[in-house]
Order: sequence, then C-alpha cells, then structure tokens
Amino acid sequence: MDAVPARARVYVAGVALAALLCLRPLPSVRAPWWAVLLLAGLYAGSELVARSRFVGTCYPVLLAGAFLLPPPAAALVALPGALLSPVPRRPFGLRRLWRAAQLTLAVWAAAWVHWQLGGRDAVVEPAFPYALVPAGAAVLAFCLVLTVLDGGILTLADHVPPGRAWRGLFSRSLAPIAVHGLAGLMMAVLWRSPYGPVAALLVLLPMCVAWWAFAQYHRERAAHQATIRALVQAVDIKDGYTRGHSERVGQASMMIARELGMDDERVETLRFAGILHDVGKLGVPTRLLRKDGPLTPEERRVIELHPEYGHEMVRGIRFLGEARAAVLHHHERLDGSGYPYGLAGDRIPESARVVAVADAFDAMTSTRSYSRARPVAAALQELQRCAGGQFDPRMVRALVHALERHGWRPSVTADGTPAPGAAPPPGRGEDARDSVGRGAP
Amino acid sequence: MTSPPPAQSPPAQSPSSVAPLLVPGCAGVLALGCLASVLASGPVQRPVALAFGGLVVLGELTRRTGAEAREAAPLGAAGALAYALLGDVAGRPAQHGVAQTVTVVLAASLLGSVPYVARGSGPVLDHLARRVLTVGFAAVCFRPLSQQGAFDHWSGPADALLLLALLALTTLCDAVLAAAPAHARTGWPFGPLLREELRGMVGITSAVCATGAVMALAVSVAGLWALPVFCVPLLLAQLSYRRYAAVRATYRQTIASLARATEIAGYTPAGHARRVAGLGVAVGRDLGLSGAELTVLEYAALMHDIGQLSLVDPVPAGATAGLPVTEQRRIALLGGAVVRQTGVDAAVAVVVERQADPCREQPVAARIVRVVNAYEEKARDAGPGGGLTALEELRLAAAGDYAPEVVEALARVLSRGSLTGPAAG
Repeated sequence: MDAVPARARVYVAGVALAALLCLRPLPSVRAPWWAVLLLAGLYAGSELVARSRFVGTCYPVLLAGAFLLPPPAAALVALPGALLSPVPRRPFGLRRLWRAAQLTLAVWAAAWVHWQLGGRDAVVEPAFPYALVPAGAAVLAFCLVLTVLDGGILTLADHVPPGRAWRGLFSRSLAPIAVHGLAGLMMAVLWRSPYGPVAALLVLLPMCVAWWAFAQYHRERAAHQATIRALVQAVDIKDGYTRGHSERVGQASMMIARELGMDDERVETLRFAGILHDVGKLGVPTRLLRKDGPLTPEERRVIELHPEYGHEMVRGIRFLGEARAAVLHHHERLDGSGYPYGLAGDRIPESARVVAVADAFDAMTSTRSYSRARPVAAALQELQRCAGGQFDPRMVRALVHALERHGWRPSVTADGTPAPGAAPPPGRGEDARDSVGRGAP
Repeated sequence: MTSPPPAQSPPAQSPSSVAPLLVPGCAGVLALGCLASVLASGPVQRPVALAFGGLVVLGELTRRTGAEAREAAPLGAAGALAYALLGDVAGRPAQHGVAQTVTVVLAASLLGSVPYVARGSGPVLDHLARRVLTVGFAAVCFRPLSQQGAFDHWSGPADALLLLALLALTTLCDAVLAAAPAHARTGWPFGPLLREELRGMVGITSAVCATGAVMALAVSVAGLWALPVFCVPLLLAQLSYRRYAAVRATYRQTIASLARATEIAGYTPAGHARRVAGLGVAVGRDLGLSGAELTVLEYAALMHDIGQLSLVDPVPAGATAGLPVTEQRRIALLGGAVVRQTGVDAAVAVVVERQADPCREQPVAARIVRVVNAYEEKARDAGPGGGLTALEELRLAAAGDYAPEVVEALARVLSRGSLTGPAAG
C-alpha cells in the first residue's frame, strides 16, 4: 500500500499541524528540563527495544510525563522516541510523522486534563485517593484522542467504513491503557518523592517483565502452530492425493460448528479436530495409502486402524479437548456400522459427528486418484441421502445452511491460514491492545 | 575426571533422609519463635499489619501451581517483602519488628492457602517454608538497623538502592533455599542447580523484587493507599507469565506427540523418544547445561528419530546406532529438515542434523543425544544387567563416535538411579 490517498496525507498534515500548535508555547514554559530530557531519553530507548521485540508502546513513561510536566513539555517527551524508532512498512517518513503527531496530541490532551483538575498538586503532596481522579480523567483523554485519530486514519487510508473503524477501538484499548496509567501515576509519585527518579525507574521493571512474557507468548504460540502444521504436512506427504484435505475439513468443521451456535473456543477446537482427524495415517504404511485399485480385506483392516493411531498420537495434547474424541471416532456411523468401536446415535461424540460430515463433504468435492470432484450441490444431495444412517442429520443441515450463507471457498494451500470469516485465534484481542498508535497508515 | 563405577552405592541416598527436612524444620522453629514473641508483646500498628496481611492473602488466593511457574504467588511474595522492608508509613516510622513481620506473613500465607489445600491441589509446606525463611532473612537484615535509625541520615535515592541491594541478597538466599533441597534429593551438582534457579529468577522474580521495593517506598510516601494502586502492574506481569507458561506446556505436549509419530508408524519402539529425552536431560544437567540449553536438548532428543518418517522401509527395530555411518547421517539430515518445518528453535534442528557426526565436531547436545540414543537401543532388549554391558560397549567403541565425557556423565546418572530431577526450563 505504497500509494497513500491524498486525503490521508492532508489528514496527517492536519494532525501534525495541531501537534505543532500544542508545542508552540514551549519557549515560555517553565519546566524541569532535565526531567524532560531524562523521560524523553527513556521513552526513546524503550521504544527502540520494544519495537525490535514486537511488543507494545511504552505508555507508562509518556503518562508519567503527562502527570509530572506542564502540557507542552509533556508532549515534547513523546517526540524523539516516536520520530526515531523504526517503523515496519513503507512509507517510513509519513508513518513516523503520523505516530509522532498522534502521540504528541494525545499526551498533550492527557497532561492538559490532569493539569486542569489539579493533579499536579495531588501528585506532589501526594494526596491519595484524590490523585486517582485527575489521573483517571487524563487516561480517558489519552485513550480517546488516540482512538479517534486512529479511527480517522483507518477510514481515510485503509478505506475501512467509519462505523467499523471506530467500533470497539475505544473499549478494547481502555483497559490496557488504564493499567499503564496506574504505572505512570506510580512513577510520577515516586519521581517527586524524596526517593527520586531511581525509585520511579523500578516501576518499569514489572511492566518490562509483562511485555517480555507477552512477546514470548506470541513466539511460542507461533511455533506451536507451525508444529501442528508440520504434523499435518507429514500426513500430506505420505498420503499424496489428499493435499490440503486436512485444512479444508478443518474449515468445513468450523463452519458447521459456528452454524450450530457453538462458542468461539469450541469452534476453534473443532477446527483443530478437522485439521488433525487423519493424523493417524502416519502410522499406516505408505504403500497402502498410495495403492491404486481395490484393497484386500486385510489391507482395509490396516487402514481402518488410523483413527486409533491418531488418537494415540494426540491424546497427550491437553488443549485439544474434545478434538481428541473426534480424531478417534470420525469414522463411526450413526447406525452403528462404523469403526473403530461401532458406536451408534448419541453415543458418538458430537465433535466426531461434525468432523465425519465435513470429511465426507470434502472427499466428494475434491479430486482423488480414483474419482473426479463432484459439484457442491451433488455432494450435499448425497450427504442428505445418507443422513440418519451414516451422518447426523443436524450436522448435514448445518453444513447446508452454512454453505447457502457463506458459499464454499476452500483455501488452496495447506499452510493453515484461516479462511475469511475464520474464528479469531485466541489472543487476537490482546494483539489489539497495542495496535492503537501503531495502526495505519 | 574419574567417576564412580555404576555398581557403587548411590552417593546421594545417605544425606537425603535428613536434608529435605532441614528447610521446613528451620522455618518451623523460626515461625514458632516469632509467634511466641508476638503473643507475648502484642502486635503494633495493626492497620498496617492488616493491610499487608490482606495483600499477601490476596496474592496467595490468586496463585496457581504448575511445574513451569517459578514463582507461584508473585503478589504474595512482593507484599511480604514490602512489609519486611517498610521504613515508614506516610512519614511516621514503622514499628513492627522481625517477629511481627514473620508472624503476619505466615498467618496471611496460611489463610490464603486454605482454599488451595481444600481443593487438594498439592503440598504447600515447601512453599510456606521458603516464604517464611526468605521474609525472615530480609527482615533480620533490615528491621533492627532501620529501627535504630541507622538509615535516617541517608538520602532518598541511597535508601532506594539499599532496598535493591537487600532484595538481591534475599533473592540469592531464596535460590540457595530452593537449590539445596533439590541437590540433596537428586544429587545433581549444586553449582548448575543454583545457576539454573538464579537464571529462572531473572523474569518474574525480578518483577517481584522491584514491586516489593516500590511498594515499601510508595507506602512510606503515600500511605496505605499505595498498595492497591501499585499491585496492578505486577498482576499484569503475572497474567502474561501464566499465559506464556500455559502455551509453553501445550507446545511441549505437541512436540511430544510429533515425536510419537515415529513410534506409531512402527519405525521405533514405543516410548523410545521419551526415554532418550528423559535420560538425555539428566545427562545434560549432570554436565552443567541449564535453562534454554536443556530445552533445546529435550526437544532434539524427542525428535531425534523423526528423519525415519521419510524412509520407505523401517530400520529393523529402529536401531539406528547399528547402521553404516553414511546412512545414519542421511537420516539425521532428513530429520533436521522435518524439524526445521516445525518452527522450533533452529538450534534443535542443528542438534538433530548433527547427531551422527564424529563427536569432536558436534555441539554438546548432539553428543548427548548420540550417546543416550545408542545406550537406549543397546540396553533396552538386553534385560537385567543390559545397562552395564551397553555402557561397556559405549566405552570401548571407536574413540571418535561417542564422547567419553558424555559416557561418563551417563554412567554417573545411571548410578544415581533416579531421573526425578526438577523439570527442565
């Protein structure tokens, strides 16, 4: 998105102008300049570290500045860090300018509110619990300015409809910024105490640990998903003709689960159930999986062991929950003639009934070595014909409804990117907490 | 370096009957003494005691267990340390002594542990004993001097630095308290155990110490109102840490499942990867590896046979140690390629790739994997006494194959006969 619309440029220029106006009274302001320098340096340093580790912005320093300094001086604290720290994508200059202007305005607003409510004296004294009131108001102002400006740039540069751009932006970012605000208040109080800035710096340590753990969490989570993909790819390598089958079954299972009104966590579990349902094929000799032509009863028995192999593999992974039962029972049939245990009706776990329908649907609509792909409509007809005997009619109906509503656009690659409309992966909400101020353009 | 032959009696068994009781014993004596002293003289400054006690109870109530959690109740620990290091409250000197500090912390910790014990979530004795001893240590260092006014003429920043130094000492004391029983129980070398404890403390424990110091200072500036305000960042750190620990545990389970793929596929005997990982981590610990190195070793050991998935015909019984060297290397390279896809640390893939190289060229983790894998393959079918024969074979094998120091470490680990060290990581 190198081409930034002209109106977005005008918007950024306007915000930058407003920020400059905030800074204009600086020459006449009396402020402890060494404190401004120290805080600005601290913010710039923490920004450099934070950006290279992909963690959030260091708001506590900025808010401490807003609680300690007169508004123009507080706004100045944000400037060097925002201008110097690296930005992830082009156009670099414009992004830096935007971030600096946005943060300057937000910090100025917070400091102004705090100043007007007499927060400075409350911090110096310190007068608790009154000090919490101006600090709370300042945090609200800070958050409000950030989200309003962010929503504007999303609308103008990324063409997000205004309603969606602002919806939830404020409520999502308020809680994390409030925590940062408490840390900032703590810093400010200790800074003005006899213990001085040394004690104030200690406040940042727990925050740093939180950020570190947060970054580690994301790294491990990404590695974990890569490992699951590796499991699936291992199956795909063995079982040549099913390329992408696992991912598509995961997607269809997810659609059924959502249509049945399951909560997000169960929907995600069922996606994993679909993805991993054939993982037991790792235990079946490659020669059998790739055999053209009819199988002997002996060979069929070996292949029919794969649900049990799969369950044996995944049973130690606790977070999979009911997905493990789905792996074991996805070849059971409603009339009790399936394998491995010949369960019937409600004895078959719900997750397994979902995956069974999704599995059959994808098997019919994709090309196999022994059969051409059938159109979606024909496959659904076949599923409805077998509903009651082989499949749970409720799941078949759910699939039909889901396909009517969303259509069937399976992702072609097997690299595990969730399809449009996929469940937000757990943790997306936390990503958003730091997206404010880092967002567009 | 000479090592005892495996047949010799396990060296760690004799002191282990007394040593584990040492820490709880000392803590009990200290707690009883303090309790008696407080009962005799009565508590002073009750509101302060109640506020800090309440904080410790809250911290204990939010605690969780898990092998991964280095500090189970960070808020409780921070509150307890802050109470021990409290100089004054909103300008007036704090008057509680060592005895009252320990008593309040003990009572609050006991109270906070009630629901935890009622749920039957596990033993709390060790945790309580360590808490009592560390808080006692911090209080003994600080309270008498503070009450005699030794720090009155110190400047503010010097006071803050003094608290930090005391907390560093307390942390060291805590690490020793954690490493000593582990050393007595398992016989692992003390140095690496202590180093690992300290390294594990860099994260959450430093946050606990900083919060403890900040709370003590903030209460002296702003009064008791500071407590609720100032525990929020630590709670945030605790939350992040817990989620990190949870995803780490999940990840470990998934890696273990991937490792089982070779067993399910019939390439290796059941449990082989798990046994090599367990024994390999024990050997690595004996050789002084710690923290991240042990995690890399564990993952590499779990997945060391994964290259066999790419073979058309299984190796008989999965015994790769008996194959020609070129074939071993080919499988190792295939395995490294698979491991690279899984998103684990690239160091793991390197270890898997190089497990069949001559030992002089290998990283130490790869040497361990090679020796332990060979030992496991040779020993498992041999029945009773097979272990000794296998060790002898490894010692006598061509000098370039198995690193002698690793073989000796393996011998030491086997002679201790227990693999129940503290979990890696």
